[in-house]
Amino acid sequence: MAVGVGSEPAAGGAPAPGGAPGRAAAGRAARWLRLPRSPKIAAGLALLAFFVLWSVIGPFVAPYGPSRVFQNSPVPLPPSGAHWLGTTNLQQDVFSQLLVGGGDMLLVSFLAGVIATVLSVVVGVTAGYRGGLADELLSMLANIFLVMPALPLLVILFGFLGKAGSNDLFLVGLIISVTGWAWGARVLRAQTLSMRNRDYIVSARVIGERPWRIIVAEILPNLTPIVASSFLFTVLYAVGTYTAMAFLGLVNPNWNWGGMLFYAQNANAELTGYWWWFIPPGLAVALLGTALVLLNFGIDEFINPRLRAAGLTRRPGRRGRARRAGRGQQFALTPVVRAAGRASPGSAPGAAASGREPVVLP
Amino acid sequence: MTMPVLDAPEQAPPLLEARGLTKHFAVRRAAAAGGRRLLRRAAGPRPVVHAVDGVSLRLAPARVTAVVGESGSGKSTLARLLAGLITPTAGTLLLGGQPVPAGQRRRAGYAETVQMVLQDPFASLNPVHDVYYHLSRPFTVHRLARPGADLDGKIAAVLERVALTPADAFWRKYPHELSGGQRQRVAIARALAVQPRILLADEPVSMLDVSIRLGVLNLLGDLRDREHLAILYITHDIASARYLADTIVVMYAGQAVESGPAVRITDSPAHPYTKLLLSAAPDPQRTAPAAVGGRGAPPSAVTPPSGCRFRTLCPHAMAVCAARVPPAFPAGAGHVSSCWLLDPGHGSPGPPGPQRAGPAADGDRPDPPYLGEENR
Amino acid sequence: MTGPGRDRPLLEIRGLCVDYGQGPAAVHAVAGADLALHRGEVLGLAGESGSGKSTLAMAATRLLRPPGVITGGEVRLYPGDGTVVDLLEAGYPALRVLRWSEVSLVLQSAMNALNPVLTIRAQLGDALAAHLPRMSGRQRRARAAELLEMVGISGDRLASYPHELSGGMRQRVMIAMALALRPQVVIMDEPTTALDVVTQREILEELKDLRDRLGFSILFITHDLSLLIEIADSIAVMYAGRLVERAPAGALFRAPRHPYTLGLLSSFPPLHGPRVAMTGIPGSPPDLRALPGGCVFHPRCRFAVGRCAAQPPPLEAAGSGRLAACWRLHGDGTVPPELAAPEPAPAGPIDAGACHDHAGA
Repeated sequence: MAVGVGSEPAAGGAPAPGGAPGRAAAGRAARWLRLPRSPKIAAGLALLAFFVLWSVIGPFVAPYGPSRVFQNSPVPLPPSGAHWLGTTNLQQDVFSQLLVGGGDMLLVSFLAGVIATVLSVVVGVTAGYRGGLADELLSMLANIFLVMPALPLLVILFGFLGKAGSNDLFLVGLIISVTGWAWGARVLRAQTLSMRNRDYIVSARVIGERPWRIIVAEILPNLTPIVASSFLFTVLYAVGTYTAMAFLGLVNPNWNWGGMLFYAQNANAELTGYWWWFIPPGLAVALLGTALVLLNFGIDEFINPRLRAAGLTRRPGRRGRARRAGRGQQFALTPVVRAAGRASPGSAPGAAASGREPVVLP
Repeated sequence: MTMPVLDAPEQAPPLLEARGLTKHFAVRRAAAAGGRRLLRRAAGPRPVVHAVDGVSLRLAPARVTAVVGESGSGKSTLARLLAGLITPTAGTLLLGGQPVPAGQRRRAGYAETVQMVLQDPFASLNPVHDVYYHLSRPFTVHRLARPGADLDGKIAAVLERVALTPADAFWRKYPHELSGGQRQRVAIARALAVQPRILLADEPVSMLDVSIRLGVLNLLGDLRDREHLAILYITHDIASARYLADTIVVMYAGQAVESGPAVRITDSPAHPYTKLLLSAAPDPQRTAPAAVGGRGAPPSAVTPPSGCRFRTLCPHAMAVCAARVPPAFPAGAGHVSSCWLLDPGHGSPGPPGPQRAGPAADGDRPDPPYLGEENR
Repeated sequence: MTGPGRDRPLLEIRGLCVDYGQGPAAVHAVAGADLALHRGEVLGLAGESGSGKSTLAMAATRLLRPPGVITGGEVRLYPGDGTVVDLLEAGYPALRVLRWSEVSLVLQSAMNALNPVLTIRAQLGDALAAHLPRMSGRQRRARAAELLEMVGISGDRLASYPHELSGGMRQRVMIAMALALRPQVVIMDEPTTALDVVTQREILEELKDLRDRLGFSILFITHDLSLLIEIADSIAVMYAGRLVERAPAGALFRAPRHPYTLGLLSSFPPLHGPRVAMTGIPGSPPDLRALPGGCVFHPRCRFAVGRCAAQPPPLEAAGSGRLAACWRLHGDGTVPPELAAPEPAPAGPIDAGACHDHAGA
């Protein structure tokens, strides 16, 4: 008896939009396939993939070992055939250091991102769903961590760790995540609060689902875009923080980009103009950050369908008219785009129009 | 304060009975967390929202009981109280004659007997899960089916009960791929999966297109007739209540003001509020323009009027209405109304009858056919 | 001034086509709609979800948001001083002058359109100041009080904030704001849907009263056909983006000509009379992305014949002053008796038996 959605094949000359019969099956796939078509996400993904590749094959592709000393010269040498990015003041190959430096950076940043995200999900969603005393305690915890100044705390914690501890990448990631989870927790708590009284959550309770099952299976899947965005943001934060820690010499500078900056800073490279030493690692960090930001933009548009529908992520149409209508649309002025030769079906002779010509008021 | 039971005496014993259910929600104060207790003591007793006050109800098998009221009447809160989602401030809930225990254990046992369908078909299904998942959860949670062919079979069976066939065309679909009516049917199927005896439907058709409302209402009627479910149908549309229900309970400002057989309530309303509702409802058959008695906004839920809560809008308000809350007076067979007008001591004597000539309508006899006259 | 003026329409919409999106994946929300609103008339536009009624209204005033695009047709306003305004060709400055002074809008849950941090006086004053800059502050206040009194709210509520008023009162404030500049056309999209039945009744009565006093025309859009019997002079029914019937209100209720209208009328359970089983309309409103060929209603129509699946029927005359798009009425076959009820007498009361017949059909 039920008339299925989209189950009627178009008979006669009515134009059928493409893929209608397969729409249901492809619906889920289409949602994911639509992602790479956005130029921002595509660029972000490409950049990130580049960096991952860099980190993986870098150590094998590096022409020399990063610590290998070449000749005894106090002055860093500019880029040349032998050393593509020149040398440091200890005559180590900058290019090799750059290639090798990506691995630790990505590892620590993603580790910190993962730990911080897990923490923020656990604290935020639990606080939002349980309410009451649990909410008050967990919120207080998150607020304390939010309010504490991150840099001094990190300095103290890393100082406490000592040399041995700061070599352990896992510990470094853990400590960075300590200062980066609280904001995500607040956001997730707010979202969970708003979702708690939605009808499908109420229905799940009436069915008899247990609270943990509701949190994991009903609430979390709806929070995925926010969690993903929060994760990317936290990784970005960790990239910057790790670079800063290495730059300050609080963690082992060998071998990561922050460490290169640390050595360059100690040798006053920027004052003496040895640009090949500090610009490449700085640029690398900036580009990695850009990749994450681009991905984050894309997630925004993925969450908000209206932005997507307004054509901001789609590639501009081939026809000029389509492009004009999609972009630069004036507020509160629906565009009129007349397709040539299109007959309006069902239009009646109607009442007799007035004999005057249309006059447009200025 | 417990009100006497306002409902028609049922032949079968009631499955779910509410006695004097009351729910007051605390109004939040804008006080700092630390100083809350101090400020509270200083400012006096906490204001509360009187969402539901002393409502008694009986749900019997193979009967549809409609609760009709406007927004703010407390009908949704009543549904949630009956579903066990919120605990009452006062009053008792009896399931099969036994008081309902509190706590998590209550939830599990209760969920197998009492199920609920909500208003918004677009929000009652989680958009990230497909129909199969939604329907498999009740079976899995209550261990009613083994995963695999057994579960598939049971899901197909329940989809068939709500006329969504063929089942395999639907169970991989996501909610956004279904129409509003189909979503509501899936929600009903999910509620039916555990084979409940009682179904609470909170405005199940209000957000559906007009042309498919009747389909869902007929489905509910079918469930009553074929499977002898006890159904609570909450609505603001008294015409659909008349169509589907056996009994109508009218609520106003958290209290039940009138109840009785559905056709009798709509043909011969005894309470002034019911009369107001009937005159305000859109009625294409009306000949004379509607006489709307009782203008103005409903009373505050935080400080309701003393005595009868409708007295501020009632055209027949008397002195006694402000002094005491009216008890339920009989107004015909199975028909009671909380109004001082029915009290022989105060208002007009005897229950009202239909205003046309003929024998007074009896709850047991079938109503006489419509003769083409206005009944007000 | 009561009753519609039949000489020339005030707002004329011809062949309007509105799409969402562009290219082959565009959804045709409105496909060739014709409407004419006369002076002082209340025209009801009825339809369910996906019928395109709200899209039509928003597109006609160029307020439709992206990705909505108007792809054809004409919308003309005849303000009555001899000029004609082509709304689809007008630029933003011209539209800005027109909006609110000639054509105003009351939207669904318009009561949520009030800014929560401004008083009622400030918001009414804004509307006045935007169009009548020469009005002094005192004049604006006086006019705002006058507007509130007009909709039945005492003037001392001017200093209130929106959250201090009930939903019904806020809706009345929106109606007052819509009438502030005495427009000729007021478009109302589901103005009472979010309100209680009792408040809804009060507001409908007030609207009729205001229309009688001030003489503006109303385009009343709703899904609840039973409301239109109370307030509309003529009714247009839309389905899946197309107009399927247009008739004076009494004639539509008493003698529907289109199967969809017939089905809609028999979807309202009566408040009186014996309880009979009713079926409404089988199936559900179609997905606009995959419309059936031929007549869009034919899969759900019990009078459908072969031609209905092949060709969309044109909207043609079906009686005096009525239009309907149905092959059974204009085509070769016989007209089913349910669609051939006799026209009611022009100014007679609505006979009580009308909906009873439909209920049993």
